[in-house]
Amino acid sequence: MSSLPTGVSTRHTGEPLVRALNVIKAFHGAEVLKGIDFDVHPGEVVCLLGPSGSGKTTFLRCINQLEKIDGGRIWVDGDLMGYDDRGGTLHQLSDKAIAAQRCEIGMVFQRFNLFPHMTALANVMEAPVRVRGEKKSDVRVRALGLLERVGLSDKADSYPAQLSGGEQQRVAISRALAMSPKLMLFDEPTSALDPELVGDVLAVMRELAAQGMTMIVVTHEMSFAREVADRVVFMDGGVVVESGHPKDVIDNPQHERTKLFLKRMRSHDDPDRPTVQDARSQG
Amino acid sequence: MSTGPTDRPGAIDARPLRHPWRWVAVALIAVLVAMLISSFVTNPRWDFPFAFQIMQQRPVIEGLWKGTIFGTVSAMLLGIVVGLALSVMRLSDNPVLRGVAFVYTWFFRAIPRYVLLALLGIGVGFLYNEFRIGLPFGQQISHLLGLKSDLTFFGLNWNALSSTIWVGVIGLGLSEAAYMAEIARAGILSVDPGQREAAQALGMSSGKSMRRIVLPQAMRVIVPPTGNETIAMVKDTSLLIAIPVITELYYQAYQFGQRSFKIMPGFVAATLWYLIVCSILMVGQYYLERYYGRGFGRTTARKNKRFARPGGAGGA
Ligand SMILES: Nc1ncnc2c1ncn2[C@@H]1O[C@H](COP(=O)(O)OP(=O)(O)OP(=O)(O)O)[C@@H](O)[C@H]1O
Ligand SMILES: [Mg+2]
Repeated sequence: MSSLPTGVSTRHTGEPLVRALNVIKAFHGAEVLKGIDFDVHPGEVVCLLGPSGSGKTTFLRCINQLEKIDGGRIWVDGDLMGYDDRGGTLHQLSDKAIAAQRCEIGMVFQRFNLFPHMTALANVMEAPVRVRGEKKSDVRVRALGLLERVGLSDKADSYPAQLSGGEQQRVAISRALAMSPKLMLFDEPTSALDPELVGDVLAVMRELAAQGMTMIVVTHEMSFAREVADRVVFMDGGVVVESGHPKDVIDNPQHERTKLFLKRMRSHDDPDRPTVQDARSQG
Repeated sequence: MSTGPTDRPGAIDARPLRHPWRWVAVALIAVLVAMLISSFVTNPRWDFPFAFQIMQQRPVIEGLWKGTIFGTVSAMLLGIVVGLALSVMRLSDNPVLRGVAFVYTWFFRAIPRYVLLALLGIGVGFLYNEFRIGLPFGQQISHLLGLKSDLTFFGLNWNALSSTIWVGVIGLGLSEAAYMAEIARAGILSVDPGQREAAQALGMSSGKSMRRIVLPQAMRVIVPPTGNETIAMVKDTSLLIAIPVITELYYQAYQFGQRSFKIMPGFVAATLWYLIVCSILMVGQYYLERYYGRGFGRTTARKNKRFARPGGAGGA
């Protein structure tokens, strides 16, 4: 191959934190990811855009092995995910070894997935105490600090059901950060939220990006992508269509599919326009 | 009343709906209750004072504690532990575990508890005086090789055990496990798969995520039917006689009635005890359900303090 795969950044020269090569994933014979190439460098914030069903969630889930890939390879921080490569032969990793790989990767879900039978504080403390075996008193101090960082010190003893969606999502971010991950994955973290709660969550994510966290964010928040992302990757139909600086991709897309998608997104963003009819007339 | 088109309708003062059949039912029930009371009072064979005496007899109380209550608690504990293990096996990726759990459930659901208890108490003792866990054909092999050991790792004298409450606990517990497995499976399946994924994404192994995250939430679904199973188990301890184990409430109360040629008071005494035990269990069940329901539903009033982040303007 002469040209670099589209998802691979050319700006960086060092080792990527995440390297995905030719990732293929099929559900019941239907290919959902059709050879994804994708690099993320340390400290980089990459926003993943794309229409519904394009495989964004599936790709994120493949990175931390909630889905098993059918082809290609994914490395995070140099470790091949899910397998041990012994002289060219892949050996499946054990449940424990996979769990250890996941410790390095924080994930934030669209539907928060907080543990409802635990308080906010207990949610944040759970993994460091139960997975890493750290001392409860130490973890407690750190967890309270994390909750304070997301502005929820006064909600430490609330159960998730007593929190608003935005508060739940911020607790979920703290929960992921409690494991001090090298990489954070966000799957549409604000799309289940009421519009007035979105800002609080995005603010936390901005701050995290500013502190140098490596992040892959699936989002429909164009302004967030434009302002925070170092790179935007546009996916459609299980392939990376184009990738580049947010200004270039969002304001000057090269591919037809990207243009169409962004046009639709804009009509969604603008409250003055009748979005449903607009989308219909374009689709 | 004149309600012109401009008048706004006022308070509602309507004729309530009549329920004549309710009154018929109440009358019918009243007649039946009166008949029952009349029987209690006029038929001396009921002999309630004697029934109360039987309830307080030492052997009856002992049967209640050592047979009925101890048997229920132990068999349920065994049933819950084995049942949980079976349900996890049923849901695992391992086809061997799934198969074993399926066959177990199939067998123990099919066999009546009375038959199972008789089989364990009488049949097994007839087959084996002693249980030896060791290599198959261990005695024969060691004989061939001229070894001293008969390759047995563990021995258990079944005869010494065969007519104790322990056989009852094993039989009832193993049988209960088959039902508990189904209950636990439904409970586990009721938990949002996102919970397990969130736990795994945090680096928990599947065992840990099951114990820490999935099972505690599944309990909310598991506890109510387990309460029913416990209450059913109280009553099934009356089957212990199949083993035979006689230190048990029903048999003891019945014996008292028999010996004094007054059948009815024995039955009444047992019935009253069963009613009391089950009523207490229902109270316990209420508190257990409340405990495992914590975090579900907005029990604490939410403080509606809006938090303001300095410089945290929304991006959308
Ligand atoms: N577990 C599954 N079983 C079968 N098909 C699946 C499964 N998960 C995802 N798919 C299919 O894979 C495709 C991609 O799904 P995915 O959730 O990754 O899309 P997405 O880009 O995240 O979309 P959205 O923006 O709506 O979240 C869809 O067609 C979906 O139906
Ligand atoms: Mg998605």
